Amino acid sequence: MQISYNWLKELVDIEISADELAEVMTRAGVAVEHVIPTNKGVTGVVVAKVLEKEKHPEADKLNICQVTTDGENKIQVVCGAPNVAAGQTIAFATVGATLPDGVKIKKAKLRGVESNGMICSVKELGVEIDKIPPEQKEGIVVLPEGTPLGTSVTEVLHLDDYILELDLTPNRSDCLSVLNVAMEIGALLGKEVRLPQPEFTCNDENIADLAKVTIEAPELCHRYTAKMVKGVKIQPSPFWLQHRLQCAGIRPINNVVDVTNYVMMEYGQPLHAFDYHELANHEIIVRQAKADEEIVTLDSQKRVLADDMLLICDGAKPVAVAGVMGGENTEVTDDTTDVFIESAYFQPTSVRRTSTRLGLRSEASIRFEKGINFETVLTAAERAAQLIQLTGGGTVVNGTIDNYPTKHERAMITLPMSNVNQLLGTEISNDEIKAILTKLNFVITKEEGDMLTVEVPAYRPDCSIKEDLIEEVARVYGYDTIPQTLPFGASSRGQLTEAQKIRDNVVNKLVGLGLNEVLNYSFINKNNDEKLNYPADDIRRNSVAILNPLSEEQGHMRTSIVPGLLNTVLFNHNRRNEDLAIFEIGKVFLLEGEITPEELANEKWTLGIALKGKSNATWQHTGVEYDFFYLKGIIEELMAELKLTNVEYRPCKDNSIYHPGRSAYLYINGQMAGVFGELHPAIAANYGINGHCYIAEIDVETIIAQGIRVVQVELLPKFPAATRDMAVVVEENVLAGDLERVIAENKGELLKSWKIFDVYQGDQIAKGYKSIAFALTFQADRTLTDEEVSAAYDKVLKALEAQYQAQLRN
Amino acid sequence: MREDLKRIREAAVEAMQQADSIDSLNELKVRFLGKKGELTTILKGMGALSDEERPLMGQMANEVRDEINRVLDARMEELRQAVLNAKLASETIDVTLPGRALARGTKHPLTLVIDEAKQIFMGLGFEVAEGPEIESDYYNFEALNLPKDHPARDMQDTFYINPEIVLRTQTSPVQVRTMEKKAGELPVKIICPGKVYRKDDDATHSPMFHQIEGLVIDEHITMSDLKGVLLAFTQQMFGKDVKIRLRPSYFPFTEPSTEVDISCVMCGGTGCRVCSNTGWLEILGAGMVHPNVLRAGGYDPEKVSGFAFGMGVERIAMLKYGINDLRLMYENDMRFLRQF
Repeated sequence: MQISYNWLKELVDIEISADELAEVMTRAGVAVEHVIPTNKGVTGVVVAKVLEKEKHPEADKLNICQVTTDGENKIQVVCGAPNVAAGQTIAFATVGATLPDGVKIKKAKLRGVESNGMICSVKELGVEIDKIPPEQKEGIVVLPEGTPLGTSVTEVLHLDDYILELDLTPNRSDCLSVLNVAMEIGALLGKEVRLPQPEFTCNDENIADLAKVTIEAPELCHRYTAKMVKGVKIQPSPFWLQHRLQCAGIRPINNVVDVTNYVMMEYGQPLHAFDYHELANHEIIVRQAKADEEIVTLDSQKRVLADDMLLICDGAKPVAVAGVMGGENTEVTDDTTDVFIESAYFQPTSVRRTSTRLGLRSEASIRFEKGINFETVLTAAERAAQLIQLTGGGTVVNGTIDNYPTKHERAMITLPMSNVNQLLGTEISNDEIKAILTKLNFVITKEEGDMLTVEVPAYRPDCSIKEDLIEEVARVYGYDTIPQTLPFGASSRGQLTEAQKIRDNVVNKLVGLGLNEVLNYSFINKNNDEKLNYPADDIRRNSVAILNPLSEEQGHMRTSIVPGLLNTVLFNHNRRNEDLAIFEIGKVFLLEGEITPEELANEKWTLGIALKGKSNATWQHTGVEYDFFYLKGIIEELMAELKLTNVEYRPCKDNSIYHPGRSAYLYINGQMAGVFGELHPAIAANYGINGHCYIAEIDVETIIAQGIRVVQVELLPKFPAATRDMAVVVEENVLAGDLERVIAENKGELLKSWKIFDVYQGDQIAKGYKSIAFALTFQADRTLTDEEVSAAYDKVLKALEAQYQAQLRN
Repeated sequence: MREDLKRIREAAVEAMQQADSIDSLNELKVRFLGKKGELTTILKGMGALSDEERPLMGQMANEVRDEINRVLDARMEELRQAVLNAKLASETIDVTLPGRALARGTKHPLTLVIDEAKQIFMGLGFEVAEGPEIESDYYNFEALNLPKDHPARDMQDTFYINPEIVLRTQTSPVQVRTMEKKAGELPVKIICPGKVYRKDDDATHSPMFHQIEGLVIDEHITMSDLKGVLLAFTQQMFGKDVKIRLRPSYFPFTEPSTEVDISCVMCGGTGCRVCSNTGWLEILGAGMVHPNVLRAGGYDPEKVSGFAFGMGVERIAMLKYGINDLRLMYENDMRFLRQF
């Protein structure tokens, strides 16, 4: 909503500047987004008269004019406008005048002829091109004869004004009316509001004899009123009216159309003007449309209607989509003389549905769908009659049509005044509460002790419960005046849940290990299913589809954290960030059957890791190439941090994302908790990734299910440990993990720990075999003898020999 | 003999003081004090002395030996120090060269802001609640006083899964979910950080972004409590000089409703490009919980009251870290992420 500041000043005595007014309104909840001056820098442009005009001897399109700004002195000016003529009253920029964009008028010679100024068009005076009425589009602006010479043109055209651009919240649709805004300002500034009083002279005909209105759908059309004006001359509106419409963002058309728009802005009541003689049988029938009924609206579009839409018809045909847009067939034209003005109350939701379904939001529908003032429906029709008569002559027909089948009453709210301070934490007196409500045109109909009965003005459909009234009091009292306190009462524990603590711990650990956290959209393209080569029956193919996605690229919810990571790797590679170690923790969304409000998607917290390239290099060291074991080291550290001890890694050969020989499943307490390894080269190629890339996917829910583990320390040994190395040769397909399992099973009392310190395969060992060397640490609560240690050592070795044919190396 | 001792002393002292290495000093030690050294050799002649002279010469010989030893030790210490100094000098490195490049991990800026908010609100006694991102229309809209035909639904562009299921457009659905879970228990004091989704994608909007929701319900909760809590939060998040300003606004799930501005963190309120010369930055929406929402959560609005607030995490991160382009948040450019 955009409003002329001067228009508001006509209604309320505003003694503060437009900017100050904007601040007052904004602080009270009617936000003024911008204050825009309508004078874009015009000075020194005055009313003048063209005395003589003759053709320029050297230029076909130029004229040499003699103009006067005082009726005596002649000024010679060269003018290129096609419509300039002797006798016109015009807008003349004198030498020294300024125009928008810093243009300064100087003396000039045009093809050898002296020119002392410029005759202006409205465009040159800064009126926006799409707000210029048709008659002013071509050439210079012609002012009414008799406009006093020498007067400032900005005054004549009302350009010395400001536009207040309101940013209204959905509840304050009452402010789609200048009068309602004026009442708001009146309340905020403590000033009276001067409402217009529709007055006109009537002829001796009665509207009841000339037209008839039937409402067949009273549940959708609550009230239908009409006025008629006969003998109207269709012509441009006066400048003051044009200016106010232009401020509101509306292009003036002609006096009748302009008046209906003007009154809509003024009262917030959309009106429609029909050419009376185009209405078949001179009657109006308000009914629901028939399915697939058609109408061509004012914008020349054919609209196909549904049977729950409300239609305005005459005796033969549809003439308007109620509350949305009129029909072309009965529109006011230059030949119209008799005008039938409709002012009605249409059911808000119905208008909203109709306009949404037709894809047609008009200034009218915006107002109807929020609920208009049901008390000024007829007043607005009368006001329009008055203004049409004022701008186009004619006579107003006696009487009014007012069909009001569905009556509205003002809402009543009871407000215990003590609730105001209870909710706000303020100490506002009862007198002040009542005063504020009264200023805002709420009527206190009853006061019993603490209890007020309050009648809501008809233009405030947003107020229906006592909290609404408390907000009204608060915003006028001033939100800034509300004190600042902290809640008291029972204390509460500020804490995280176990799951939240574990997730935070995972993030902190990975950051500590030098990984950078990334964040990808939850949306993915469905084609990732193929790019990741999921098996046909894989659950990850069951992604949640978005009904109205922004694009196919963002059409589904992710079922895996991997696509985002791979895209991040690629994005960075393309920006020459070739080395990276990243992780993301977030939800993936799995579907297990139909999604319903009761059974939503399975949202699983998932951790993803990606490594590519190598770690940091410096002048001293080259970086470490990331590989499977770097990634596994990260996972082992994470498991250690989480104090998870029963962790196993098993070869993974069947996951389409991974290299079948270089990937592993992670098991925690026998439960599969993730998979990691080298990205399958075919998958890498699908994502345009060159070289080795290492990926991990870990199910955070499984980790959380383990709970928070608190470490119980082992006391430090008092006696020295004995260490022995054991290098065994086994067939190359024997897994180190299996050997370690055998060691664990046979560690006895004395073997406390072991570590693999060398793996060898090569010339010194038979082909098809490998050597794995363990450093074994023996310890007890006494000093161990060589014999004891050897016995424990031999037990392990024997078990390895027995189960994996391991031979001691050398 | 007296003369000999005097001569030896002078010769030894002079030679030792001029010795320029530990080795040559050791040689001098042998030469003067060793078993076959000059002093020992002279003392072998002690037997020839008279009974009167022998103790005198003995005493004098001891004095000479002590003197030589003193000089020897002092010189030895000097030479050792010199050797150490020379060694240290030869070990000098360029300490201005860069250190080992240890990997420094970083949290995403949005995680940093959420972490900080969690710390601040936990200190104020808040729990952290969570809810689904794929949410029912009921919790996302209807329970929040936004029935199907409500005009305010236009305020949000919603991603639908089906007519009853949406991607949550706000973290507010967690309000009613939490209330249901608490089943009438008091006080309710939660924040809910999380992802939300709206069908909007341009320079200043991302179809996925983050919010932090807050909800407090108890007996006697007032709007002044809301102001106090938000002031405590913003001053911890942005600095103790930050001021807040409330402007009336509209949200279907609060009444009264307010937008909350903070004094501009860039210019301190004098006006700059970031605050469009207003001195204020809009950072969150808030209000007193609408009675219909309390009812939907199973609380009686005649007995309890509450406030709720919601803020955009991206907005806070951008202000706090001087990020001028929202897209940086989701591009995951390492040059950006490594700065945090």
